[in-house]
Amino acid sequence: MSRGTLIDLLYLVAALTFILALKGLGSPKRARQGNMVAAAGMLLAVVATFFNRVDGHPLHHVLLIVLGMAVGLVVAVPTARFVQMTAMPQLVAIFNGVGGGAACLVSLTEFIHIKSTKPATYVVLEVLLGVLIGTVSFSGSAIAFAKLQELMTGRPITYAGQQVINALVGLAALAVIVITLVTSSTALLWVLLVVAFVLGIAFVLPIGGADVPVLISLLNSFTGLAVAASGFTLGSNLLIVAGTLVGASGTLLTMLMSKAMGRSLPNILFSAFGSVVTAGTGAGAEQRTVRSGSPEDVAVMLGFASRVVFIPGYGLAVAQAQNVLRELAENLEKKGVEVFYAIHPVAGRMPGHMNVLLAEANVPYDDLIEMDEANSELESADVAIVVGANDTVNPAANDDPGSPIYGMPIIHADAAENVIFMKRSMRPGFAGIDNELLYNPKTTLVFGDAKDTLTKIVAAVKAS
Amino acid sequence: MTNVLLQYATVFVLSVFVGIEIISKVPSILHTPLMSGSNAIHGVILVGSMLILGAANTNAEEVLGFLAVILATLNVVGGFVVTDRMLEMFKPRTPRAKADADAQKGADS
Repeated sequence: MSRGTLIDLLYLVAALTFILALKGLGSPKRARQGNMVAAAGMLLAVVATFFNRVDGHPLHHVLLIVLGMAVGLVVAVPTARFVQMTAMPQLVAIFNGVGGGAACLVSLTEFIHIKSTKPATYVVLEVLLGVLIGTVSFSGSAIAFAKLQELMTGRPITYAGQQVINALVGLAALAVIVITLVTSSTALLWVLLVVAFVLGIAFVLPIGGADVPVLISLLNSFTGLAVAASGFTLGSNLLIVAGTLVGASGTLLTMLMSKAMGRSLPNILFSAFGSVVTAGTGAGAEQRTVRSGSPEDVAVMLGFASRVVFIPGYGLAVAQAQNVLRELAENLEKKGVEVFYAIHPVAGRMPGHMNVLLAEANVPYDDLIEMDEANSELESADVAIVVGANDTVNPAANDDPGSPIYGMPIIHADAAENVIFMKRSMRPGFAGIDNELLYNPKTTLVFGDAKDTLTKIVAAVKAS
Repeated sequence: MTNVLLQYATVFVLSVFVGIEIISKVPSILHTPLMSGSNAIHGVILVGSMLILGAANTNAEEVLGFLAVILATLNVVGGFVVTDRMLEMFKPRTPRAKADADAQKGADS
């Protein structure tokens, strides 16, 4: 077997491990193992590449390659190991962004390398797509990171004529691509780089915090596609397979997320959702009565319950109350109460955010229940406790056609016998919509910081 | 259109279907590790980065290639480590804890 064939065979093995890893994610039991298999496959591919040949000679600059890897390792390992679990969404965003940046650089450099050989038009197109998509993913992820890290506001940033300007930037990118295809000019490739960079920023700015789960998964699929484009240019099946797998999975996840929001993808990306905070519907909204209670009242109510459902939202992560919540659940279970967590697919700032947050607090995954199942279970629940969620339990999504969130599948907290709604204030949720559930006669509001409130409830439950 | 391009296109199309097929079986509880794990997988661009730096003839190529290797390493290493850290946390209800809870329930009722 020739050297080239052997290396290609090893690449095939690596591609196989990636597929196995994604398959392993079908169940929490095999997922971790799958991830390790993929990491081993990746290592195999990287080692094999050191023995690969380019343009008929062994790799040049091996020392430089090793140095680059060392720099990457020294930065990535401590960051990934020790960053707070709550910073997970922004960490995923930034690791995704650098991948997009790398894909763009690979396409760009390959073009510089081959341009003297007058590459075919389709090769130039592959390069252009790699540069465009990779750069949009890079700058878009950077803005998503800044929003999540709260370096800038999480609300949509809008300005007059935004849609027109975005459309113009998009058209400019398209024009540069067409002209480059005709002229094969390197200079224009740099122009495309700049335009794509601006496009990534302009595209992410108007997307608000609650829509970020969709955005992150979309950017993930962008990077995958950029890698696949680089694979076409370099003629590497491994890059095509891996990039396309990620591109396809990211696209599917994006679709699932927008379905879970009951809105179309274009609506999520272009409508600057949540930028207008309405003061509540109707003039009388301010005076409507709500019933509020103390943590002790809640403890008493829980004392009579046999089935309790927690409905967590992003506020739980903000208040860092996940451990106290688990403590409350454990104390209730000790008293024979059945407890589970109803998870809305888009609660939080990335797909599956609540699951990771609660897993970190040692909540066993058997207790985390998906929305549809949760809704049928809620009918027989005595108490539903809403912690840091708002729009995902808002009945307006079901019965107010005028509401911006109309059509979004929600968790039917009001199906339970009693609802406890933990809130910092009467301020509306992210979407800026008044929540009818607050005024429901079944609902008891507990004002205050979720962590404080939960700690007091735990103490009261323990004492009873 | 060359045969080579057609071969790559075949791989591309088949991968799309494999990707969609596998991912549709991932439960929503694992959506975050899925994103992070697929994030690590597109870190395979490190292989591409090594190849372009290994082929570099000019200073421009060297600089861009070197940057690409650094970024790609960040992506691949960070991706796998974060995913592992997440998946480590997902634990089933231990049989013991469940038994305890059940026993308690029996005692109370």
